[in-house]
Parts: sequence; C-alpha cells; structure tokens
Amino acid sequence: MPLSNDGAALRLKDDDDVAVVLRALEPGNAVRFGETVVVAAAAIPSGHKIALRAIDAGALIRKYGQVIGRASMPIASGEHVHVHNVEGTRGRGDLAEATP
Amino acid sequence: MSTFQGYRRANGSVGVRNHVLVLPSVMCANNVVDRIGRSVPEVVIVNHPTGCSQVGADFEQTKRTMAGFAANPNVAAVLVVGLGCETNESKALASEIEARGQRVAVIGIQDCGGSTETIARGVTIARELVREAAAHQRETCDISELIVGTECGGSDGFSGITANPALGYAADRLVAEGGTVILAELPELVGAEHLLAARASEPVAAKLYELVERVEARARAMHVDMRYGNPTQGNIAGGLTTIEEKSLGAAYKGGSTALREVIEYAERPSERGLVVMDTPGQDIEQLTGMIAGGAQVVVFTTGRGTPTGSPIAPVIKVATNTTMFERMRENMDVNAGAILDGSQSLEQVGDEIFSWIVDAANGRLPAAETLGFGDFAINRIGPSF
Repeated sequence: MPLSNDGAALRLKDDDDVAVVLRALEPGNAVRFGETVVVAAAAIPSGHKIALRAIDAGALIRKYGQVIGRASMPIASGEHVHVHNVEGTRGRGDLAEATP
Repeated sequence: MSTFQGYRRANGSVGVRNHVLVLPSVMCANNVVDRIGRSVPEVVIVNHPTGCSQVGADFEQTKRTMAGFAANPNVAAVLVVGLGCETNESKALASEIEARGQRVAVIGIQDCGGSTETIARGVTIARELVREAAAHQRETCDISELIVGTECGGSDGFSGITANPALGYAADRLVAEGGTVILAELPELVGAEHLLAARASEPVAAKLYELVERVEARARAMHVDMRYGNPTQGNIAGGLTTIEEKSLGAAYKGGSTALREVIEYAERPSERGLVVMDTPGQDIEQLTGMIAGGAQVVVFTTGRGTPTGSPIAPVIKVATNTTMFERMRENMDVNAGAILDGSQSLEQVGDEIFSWIVDAANGRLPAAETLGFGDFAINRIGPSF
C-alpha cells in the first residue's frame, strides 16, 4: 500500500481514484505520490478521502481497486471526496420504480 | 496446534465461560428475571421485548435465537422463566434447549401463583444451578473447537485499513488451525459480495448472492437509499461515504480463506472455516445472533468506539485508530491504530488479536467483561400481532 512521500495519505491500490488522508490536510497542502502531486482544495479530515485526479460527473470511483460509488458532480483533483459529491450505486431503493 | 483450557459440555461442545443464565421466555417475565438476578449475583440474566404475539418465520427466528443462546457452551445451565400464556411457551422453549444438550430448568409466573413466589422459587433453583456449575473444571481443548464471531461497529475510514485486515489475519490463523470464523452483517457486504463469492463453491456463492439481494429488496420495498441509515452519521463523520466503501472494508474481517457456508441468523455452522451469517448490521442483534449460533468468543473492531459486551461471551475490542483508543481506553483491548503510527505491523497486530482470542478462551477478561456489560437483542423479521 503506497504511502504518500510525507506519509500524510495512503493510496490502497495503484489505480485508485482516491487516497485516504492519514493526517488532516489544510487547503493548499500538497500530497505527493512519487511524481504525482495533488494539492488539497479544501480542509480534509483524517480518515476521509482526497481525489487523486479529476473525476467526471457520473464516473465510477475506485478505492481498494473496487467501486465505492459514482461521482454526483464533477470532482477536481485535490477535492474532498465524500457524500456531497459521491453517491452509492448499491442499496438505492430510492431509485426503485414506485409500486402501483 | 494451539490449545486452551475450556469447559467440555455433555453434548461435546466446549465453553470458555461457565455461566448460569436466567432467561425470560417472554418480556412479561423480565421483571421477575431481574429480581432473581439481583438475589443471585452469580447468575447472568437477559431482558428482551420479544416472545409474544409473534408468528411464522419471525417467531421461529426468535425461538431459535433464544434456544441457541441458552445452549451456547459458555452457559453451564439455564433457568427459563415464563408467564404462562405467551406465544413462546416456556416449557416448549426449555424442551428445545434441552434437545441441544443443555441443562435446563423452567418455571412460570402463572403456575407459581404470582411474581413473589416465582422469584422465591427461581432464586432457589438458580442457587442450585450455580452450585452444580461450580463443579465443572476447565480441561485442555483444541483451538479448532472455537467459533469466533467477527463484528465491526462504529466504523470509520481506518476500519478497512487497520483493524479489519488485522482481524482478518487472525481469522486466517484460526481457520488454518481448524477453527471457525463467522463473518456477518449482510448489509455491510453489499458491494463486496463478489470478492467472497469468488472464494466459495457455486451453491455457497449462490446463497450469498441471494442474501445480499434480500437486503437490496428491502431497500427497494422501502424506497430508501440505504445511506440514510447505513453508513450511519458517525460512519460518515469518520470518512465513509457509501455502503460499498463500508462493505469493502468490513469484508476484510473474515480474512482470505475459502467461504465454506452461508447460514441464517442464529443458525449453528455445520462447516468449519469461514462462514457468513445473515445478520443485520445493528451491533447488538448481530452479536446475539452469532453467539446464538455457537460463537464462544467475539472480536469487535471499532473506529468511533463502543462499550458493547455480551452477558455470556468475551467481546474483544480492537480500535482502528490511536486517537479513539486513547480517548476510550477503558473500553478497548487492542490498538490497531499502531499500524498507521508505524509502531506495529499489520501482522503483529493480527498476532496480538489471535493471542487475545486464546487468552480470552482461557478466561482472560476483555474490557467489556471487566465492566460487566451484557447486551442482548433479537433480530425481528416480522411485526407483532
């Protein structure tokens, strides 16, 4: 599991769209994975996720190399990735057709 | 092979505790059971809001849970206290407990002529059962006799990185030595079921998919997004965004061995190795279901922190992060946050959890037991009539 160069974030699988923040980030803090640099666009608490690349609205989002949800709006690199910009793809009974 | 000192029961199963349990067959007997417990502090009691005006699968599940819980090998003997007119007829419940090879006595409040006389008789019987139980001795038992329940509650963004993979490492060690590990919380396998199914035979995988579909069907029937209740507000504050993300982290608890069996709530595993039990994610109903299925020890990972314990089984708490571990030190046993701090490897914490399981089986009290916490709740699957 690659840690960022300063250990502030953890990317669980190489192709993941997000990393888990291990030490709270302030806006402007840089997170570096080798050659890749991501600048936090917002305050991101410890345990929360930072976008490692731009994600289109509607695109699936991966962590652990697995799908954890879908972007509900465009997400820029460095943004806080959470309930305000990600929706689940499972357990979505709210999307079921109304029963007659 | 690892061994521990356990209580070999008449039916061949092995307990890690030697409790006498006083169990109401119906909620109307709760107060009487409570008074018996106050008079005989050596017993453990449970209270619950079930046992009457229940039908069909809901009633069967309630009765199966009570019988399984009472027959758990951590219990040396049971006193069932009934009212007399309840759906969950106390003598029938006692017969089912006895059929599982458990020592059981039964009294009813209407038969005894009121609460005071029932308490008096109950105290006499409970003291006799405690005397009998005290004669039981621990003996050397193989670790393969253990069924360990795994649970996570109050998860956070670290659960899937620290505590759950460390518990999975311990689970793999137990399975390698012939033991059994229960992975449960079906709603918290939604989105991770394909990873487990890939490690299962075709019929076992089909049953797993069927149970996960039941969860999805419940959400559809209610026209709700599961996210309004699970992940919970605390999970979300801790960094978990969707049920898929929570599930992917939760599934690590079961380790990496083949999935041998998928069983219903409170059902006893018929296979050794890794099994999945259909329980809700609600902590106490899950805990009760796994123990009713025969789990003698439970390992419970938590990111937000929780004091949950069982009246009859040790519940070992593993913190996902050092901040919570230190803030709620009295409720925690193992700090998997050490993995992120860099002071311990995942394998070292996994070994520590495995050692805790063996120690708890030998009699060591984890925090929840030291504090005397005994939670109990039965998962209802139908309305009261």
